Amino acid sequence: MITAGIDVGSVSTKVVLLIDDEIKYLVRPTGWSPRDAGLHAYQELLDSAGCNNNDVSGVVGTGYGRISLPIIDKAVTEIHCHARGANYLVGQGGLLIDIGGQDSKAILMNERGKVVDFAMNDKCAAGTGRFLQVIAAALGVDVSELADLAENRQPLDINSMCTVFAESEVISLLAKGSDKRDIIAGIHRSVARRVWGMASRFGPAQCVIFTGGVAQNHDVRNRLSQEAGCPVIVPEISQMAGALGAALYARELKK
Amino acid sequence: MRPESMKIFDELRNLNVLTVQNAKREGKKVVGCYCTYTPQELILASGASPVTLCGTRQEPIPAAERDLPRNLCPLIKSSYGFAVTAKCPYFEAADVLVAETTCDGKKKMYELMSKIKPMHVMNLPQGPKGEEALVAWAKEMNILKDWLAEKFEVEITEADIRKAIKLMNRERSAMRNLHATTKVKPAPITGVDLLVSVWTKGFNINKEDGITLVEQLTAEIEELTAKGISPFTNETPRILLTGCPVGFGSEKVVRLLEESGASVVAFENCSGYKALDRLVDESENKDVMVALAEKYLNIPCSCMTPNEGRFDLINKMAKEYQVDAIVDLTWQACHTYNIEAYAIRDYVQNQLSLPYMHLETDYSESDVEQLRVRVQAFLELIQGE
Ligand code: SF4
Ligand code: SF4
Repeated sequence: MITAGIDVGSVSTKVVLLIDDEIKYLVRPTGWSPRDAGLHAYQELLDSAGCNNNDVSGVVGTGYGRISLPIIDKAVTEIHCHARGANYLVGQGGLLIDIGGQDSKAILMNERGKVVDFAMNDKCAAGTGRFLQVIAAALGVDVSELADLAENRQPLDINSMCTVFAESEVISLLAKGSDKRDIIAGIHRSVARRVWGMASRFGPAQCVIFTGGVAQNHDVRNRLSQEAGCPVIVPEISQMAGALGAALYARELKK
Repeated sequence: MRPESMKIFDELRNLNVLTVQNAKREGKKVVGCYCTYTPQELILASGASPVTLCGTRQEPIPAAERDLPRNLCPLIKSSYGFAVTAKCPYFEAADVLVAETTCDGKKKMYELMSKIKPMHVMNLPQGPKGEEALVAWAKEMNILKDWLAEKFEVEITEADIRKAIKLMNRERSAMRNLHATTKVKPAPITGVDLLVSVWTKGFNINKEDGITLVEQLTAEIEELTAKGISPFTNETPRILLTGCPVGFGSEKVVRLLEESGASVVAFENCSGYKALDRLVDESENKDVMVALAEKYLNIPCSCMTPNEGRFDLINKMAKEYQVDAIVDLTWQACHTYNIEAYAIRDYVQNQLSLPYMHLETDYSESDVEQLRVRVQAFLELIQGE
């Protein structure tokens, strides 16, 4: 059986084709139109897998652009899709933290990947991918370089929770001659603290499962592990958890 | 199908303004109130008409932020904004204002507002328990009575107060019956409609007409129930809303819940049922001021410490309305409800074994999509996705 999951996030669009137990996936920037981004990425993945929409027995959409997709059989929120996908990838339940482009979530799930409770950041961007993007730009480095730069550095205190103020705080630290790498380490620690502050309601945890784009940053990962006081597991394709979860929901739909 | 009487309520919003203005022309005094702690009986006994002025709309907030901190509950900012912009016809119509020392934000805002119109602020005890609190609050009732008598140059007799108590109890009973219509499964009307009708009612200064209208709406809704008509199904998750006051213009969470497939059947907040649960004791041998003090002091608002009554009321309403989950709404920067959310979560999840979600937001539309994700994920959770 082939099913698909389309996760249209604010920054990137992720598509998963689940061909029996084989996972094929694709990530594309969302750009201006969530609808087009979703449809194009889906078509592209179908093409590269050598099949067409008729071969797919179910499509589930998730992410903020989920409702704009005309081809889906059902929309399921990212909270439930992330849990389902992460659970499939790591084969266990527990506390899941997902940090995406503009929001972060803490999800408590059972051993089958069913959501028990969840929390999400409110309005502000602190502790999200967007926060890291803004800081990286202020420091003149690429987001992908952040982790290596900060590794094993002594984090500086960053006190501002708000992205805009944190940016000016970073700039004034630079002006004072602080080391860029210590600043980044400080930023990473503040993201970890912020997110753990939200997730700790469901803690203490034996271990934390960490997904979403920011999970690819190994320095944030280590600092999260320090804050949480437990190991952090990052599945290999952590960014795909939501789309994979959607594809798994699509599989159930057609049973 | 929407009850026909709802149309009357829709129009009432404009009609109420005319009623107030006409009453003014006939020399009637109007008293603006901000909170369910205001003993409307005393206002009625003075021959004046009470109107509720709690701000529930976003529009006047920028104007309020010229004087008030941005990081303040939107209800306070909206209320103040209406006062300074002269855009609320009810505020304009009010001869005097009556308020209470409830949360810190409100009481400090009142200091500023009192420069715009004559205002009397009642000293509300911090907690509902103990003889001293009751004695103090009964005394405040007397002070208010004297203030009103002086302002309006009238004499307020015990008989006037007793008459007003009866009238207010009748109004409360009528409102209670209206709320009770959604106890059936599935609810015959939407939560948004229930909210709008309850809210609009607050601006109707003609109590007798208001009672008749509410009774008419209730009867009509009951007919819908008898015919089995409902916008929902038996499977629609039933929600109890608790937390900060919600009104027309600030109903976004109620709307989101219902757009996402739930039915809001019960409003525990003070704009809903909170202040209706208890009537004023009408017994002739009881001191009227004590009777009033007892009723009002027992409103389980979060500005009371401790506020155990809220747990009992949530428990009772959750059962009576057969709810599937509880949503606790906090307006941004409302410390009392925000902090109380911790204890409410614990109580709802562990004592009532019901799903619970806490939302913190303001009146703006900026976070609607974010909230939608949360609301939908919560409903998926209830429905065992
Ligand atoms: S929530 Fe409390 S303080 Fe606020 S209006 Fe209602 S009763 Fe008054
Ligand atoms: S919602 Fe909270 S902060 Fe706002 S007026 Fe009511 S008690 Fe005060």
